[in-house]
Amino acid sequence: MIKGLQLEFRQSYAFIARNFNLVKRYWGWEVVWLAYSIANALSVTFIGAGAGEITGQTDIDTDFLITYLLIGTLVWRFLASIFNNISEMIAWERWEGTIEYTFMAPVRRFNQMLGQTVFAIIYSLIFTVIIGAVVASFFELDFSEADLVSATLILLVGSLSFVGIGVVASILPLLYPERGAQMTNIVQAFFLLVSGIYYPISVLPKWLQVLARFSPATYVLEGMRAALLPGTVDKELTSFVWPLLLMGLVMLPLGIYLFQRAERYTKRTGKLKRSG
Amino acid sequence: MFKPTNNTQVAVLVDDVVKQFNVAAVPVWRKLIRRSHQAAENGNSTELKARRGKEVITAVDHVTFNVQQNEIFGVLGPNGSGKSTLIRLLSTLLLPDQGRIEVFGLDIEKNDMQVKRLINRVSVDAAFFKKLSPKENLLYGARLYGVSGPEANRKAKEILKRLGLRESSYTSPMEDMSRGMQQKVAIARAFLSQPIVLLLDEPTTGLDPRSKLEVQAFINELRDTHNATILITTHDMNEADAICDRIAILDEGKIVALDTPDGLKKLVSHNGQTPSLEEVFMQLTGKELVEKDDLTDFVPEKVLA
Ligand SMILES: Nc1ncnc2c1ncn2[C@@H]1O[C@H](COP(=O)(O)OP(=O)(O)OP(=O)(O)O)[C@@H](O)[C@H]1O
Ligand SMILES: [Mg+2]
Repeated sequence: MIKGLQLEFRQSYAFIARNFNLVKRYWGWEVVWLAYSIANALSVTFIGAGAGEITGQTDIDTDFLITYLLIGTLVWRFLASIFNNISEMIAWERWEGTIEYTFMAPVRRFNQMLGQTVFAIIYSLIFTVIIGAVVASFFELDFSEADLVSATLILLVGSLSFVGIGVVASILPLLYPERGAQMTNIVQAFFLLVSGIYYPISVLPKWLQVLARFSPATYVLEGMRAALLPGTVDKELTSFVWPLLLMGLVMLPLGIYLFQRAERYTKRTGKLKRSG
Repeated sequence: MFKPTNNTQVAVLVDDVVKQFNVAAVPVWRKLIRRSHQAAENGNSTELKARRGKEVITAVDHVTFNVQQNEIFGVLGPNGSGKSTLIRLLSTLLLPDQGRIEVFGLDIEKNDMQVKRLINRVSVDAAFFKKLSPKENLLYGARLYGVSGPEANRKAKEILKRLGLRESSYTSPMEDMSRGMQQKVAIARAFLSQPIVLLLDEPTTGLDPRSKLEVQAFINELRDTHNATILITTHDMNEADAICDRIAILDEGKIVALDTPDGLKKLVSHNGQTPSLEEVFMQLTGKELVEKDDLTDFVPEKVLA
């Protein structure tokens, strides 16, 4: 029993250690990506700073708008990073050709996903905190009334469903080695559009608003804004946590189930092989 | 951990296994100018239905054999005869379309987790995370099999030293290494998990003669000290002759002969002369000489005349 647990722990840890080694070896790439993300987040937040000048109106609460956009861009960076980390895990192994060795090992997909998720959350948190710190240093923002504990809780619960969605998306590169990784970008674009990252979803056309209700990111953003921008939403915070928990509980097992189906399919049709 | 008891046990059982693939079809215009008897031959492979624009090829065709525990079992055959496909089937990377495969009585589909613990595989393509060092790659691989980091590190160094890998290469990226050096790391990866059934797909291709011998010694050692069973494919006939207890020869997915190296030689010997394994291979896979008929297909008349 203890031995069994130790085995499973080592397996999950194998993925965490491997991924951090990859980050270490590709550090140049990480720096570029971080710089890009900071520039991106900054340019979005500056829209808030410029809102008065753009519209010619003087009574705009710029600080509020900046905070609103900052929350949007940071939450998006975080969730997209989780999603990318998970969905790219297969694409990467296909690219290197190691997938046959990973699939041959006596590892349950659950343990693999667990390791990958722990890595993704730690990595994305560090990444997002750096971006947040840099961007916030450009502005004078007041977070004294913010409920940081609830905000973090909502973010973490929300990331679970994104892990599930990432697992589903990682099936694409499993089935289509070349195009699959590009196809996951479309999934990401969909969430970017409907989840109300830089605007309230009420400005969207009705049919997109319906889709928005199926995106966990919508609840994460509403919840985060409720926690960090007091007085904007008069709903209980738990009303954002429940849908997220529910989606996580559905998406995670569903993701692993679909992944196993896809794995079986590749083993039946011989799609895993790339050479030899 | 699973420990088989007596030595006469069947380690690997392959019973009437068929594996087919859908591959891109030959264009119609080329089919039309094919010889008619070939068309008739291809006509009866109906087990897997070809998808549109696809053609079914049978990579492994009703193959049956047993490997006893502690045996070194060789699989020889020309390129594309189905050796790697067979090894992939045994490593649970492919599912058979038909037939049954067992490792120590465990069905590779129903008990795949248990089977995976017992096996490991080395293949011709040494696939690794190219930017990671051998150390990082090997520790990752070993942990998947439940080997602890420090233990894997110690063993990996030991194995690589024996295979003659430079100490300094151990911690620098794999991409800086030559192909043969990478192949050595691939061999270390498989040995680290202490498999009870080791599947080797051309493990020594690309190795220098000394390293080849070292790998062969390793294989023998693993068999003797760890009671392991080894299934190996190779294009090196001397190697097969030297280490295999029994050899199966595959051609177009079918086993055309299965015997000890000496048995195979007796099979094709004539006038009392013992042929080499290479001659056996040529004869049994029907490619020993190029017929004059075949030559006329590409060589101008006057060259032959
Ligand atoms: N994943 C796959 N998808 C489609 N066809 C495949 C696949 N794997 C193997 N094949 C086909 O099956 C046949 C047998 O291939 P296999 O790789 O098993 O040959 P091999 O005996 O290992 O050859 P070599 O000596 O060149 O390594 C070939 O015709 C090959 O094209
Ligand atoms: Mg092969």
